[in-house]
Amino acid sequence: MNVTIRVWRQKNDQSEGRFEDHEAKDLNPNMSFLEMLDVVNEDLTNAGKDPIAFAHDCREGICGTCSCMINGKPHGPESGVATCQTYMRSFQDGDVIVVEPFRAKAFPIIKDLVCDRSAFDSIMHSGGFISIRTGSAPDANAIPIGKEVADMAMDAAACIGCGACVAACKNSSAMLFVSAKAGQLNLLPQGKPEKDARVLNMVATMDEAGFGNCTNQYECSAACPKEISEEFISKLNRDYLAASVKSVFKAVPSTMG
Amino acid sequence: MNILQVLFKTSIGKKVLMAVTGLIMVGFIVGHLIGNLQLFAPPEKINAYAHFLEGLGPALWAIRAFLLLTLALHVWMAIQLTLENKAARPKDYTSQQTLRASYASRTMRLSGFIVLAFLIYHLLHFTVRIEGFGTYPHTTLLDGTPVRDVHSMMVFGFQNVWISLFYIISVGLLSWHLSHGLVSMFQTIGLQSRAWSNFLSKLAVLFSILYFLGNAAIPGAVLAGVVKIENPEVAGYVCPAKCAVCEAKKAKT
Repeated sequence: MNVTIRVWRQKNDQSEGRFEDHEAKDLNPNMSFLEMLDVVNEDLTNAGKDPIAFAHDCREGICGTCSCMINGKPHGPESGVATCQTYMRSFQDGDVIVVEPFRAKAFPIIKDLVCDRSAFDSIMHSGGFISIRTGSAPDANAIPIGKEVADMAMDAAACIGCGACVAACKNSSAMLFVSAKAGQLNLLPQGKPEKDARVLNMVATMDEAGFGNCTNQYECSAACPKEISEEFISKLNRDYLAASVKSVFKAVPSTMG
Repeated sequence: MNILQVLFKTSIGKKVLMAVTGLIMVGFIVGHLIGNLQLFAPPEKINAYAHFLEGLGPALWAIRAFLLLTLALHVWMAIQLTLENKAARPKDYTSQQTLRASYASRTMRLSGFIVLAFLIYHLLHFTVRIEGFGTYPHTTLLDGTPVRDVHSMMVFGFQNVWISLFYIISVGLLSWHLSHGLVSMFQTIGLQSRAWSNFLSKLAVLFSILYFLGNAAIPGAVLAGVVKIENPEVAGYVCPAKCAVCEAKKAKT
């Protein structure tokens, strides 16, 4: 099959970008979208031109590195998959496919289709962890956790941090990402002790990074390659409000400071 | 961080303000609709009700001030959040699909803005009572108390097709606004879950439809001639053939 890709080319964050059309010829329909880009890039390289920069790593849908906006939807036309798991059979022969980078103020473009998602890392640094003594692995079932809670936490933990939620949101809000990362830990006994500080800090970092505000339209959840539910956003709102109210009445030890 | 900082400075806090002020206003409009539906009863009913409200004096002003503050906060937060949201994506996509966002949710700003414009007009018309906007007659209750004739004021207003049309469109847009807003407020304050989100969105749509029908019934009934002016001193009054009440009133004057 043959397709034309109308792809965004931009030298760096400072320069103006533009669309460029490239032909991708003699494709196997079972090639992934990224493999199709590889084919185009090989042609570009052979012709002595600058290949299209795109982010990719594991190519099996778990690392969250690939990030294209394909025909106006993050990760392409299928649901529940990342760009690397989007196959050319999802398109028609002769299609013109528009490929853009994820666009958000908090995700500045590095080059072409690659954007800088380190704002997510900053959010994780501010609370997406548990403080625990490391060492030998603890006994597997030392802490009993109910099946429902474990399942919910797993649903949230499925987040691969790709940023499709931000890309799909009309407001570039990162609420689905933050709610999945905070929710996963807040649900489990290991995460409970730092729950309040976690939600307060992660939301504060999210706000500082310049993400927009959630307007409860759930485009994020629809675009999420791991189909994470907007229910976690509701939980984050609830946990954040509770933590804010509690922080007013919380007693602090006299040795503080 | 104190609570005011949370409410006015953080993304979730601002949205909570949107939700809570929205909820307060939903409470108000439900009460307002129930009050207005008294138009279907004899004029004494709604006139006495309006007289009672005006008789609240300082309490009425306190309620009015509270509601205006609520509205101002709702609009102020909407403007702030919208500006932040625009700033969060300086360069827009060339093409972006809408995956599941409802049409109502994508037109909240437009519906909100038109409803706000209507509200200003509505207040000038029926609360401030600007001369020329309508007719503002007086009458007496059955016990002889002189009161404002709210019944005739409303009917006279809605006998104008354009006013009725503006009113129906505005309450339609308000209902449209609520079909997203009502569900949204539950999500924002963290009271939405898989278990009942479907039920909740259906309930919100049902509420919005009922609210619209209740409101549309008022100008509808006036235009259809079901509710008529019953004060002989107001233009548009048509005397029925045999009417004990109006004969008595005529005899008095």
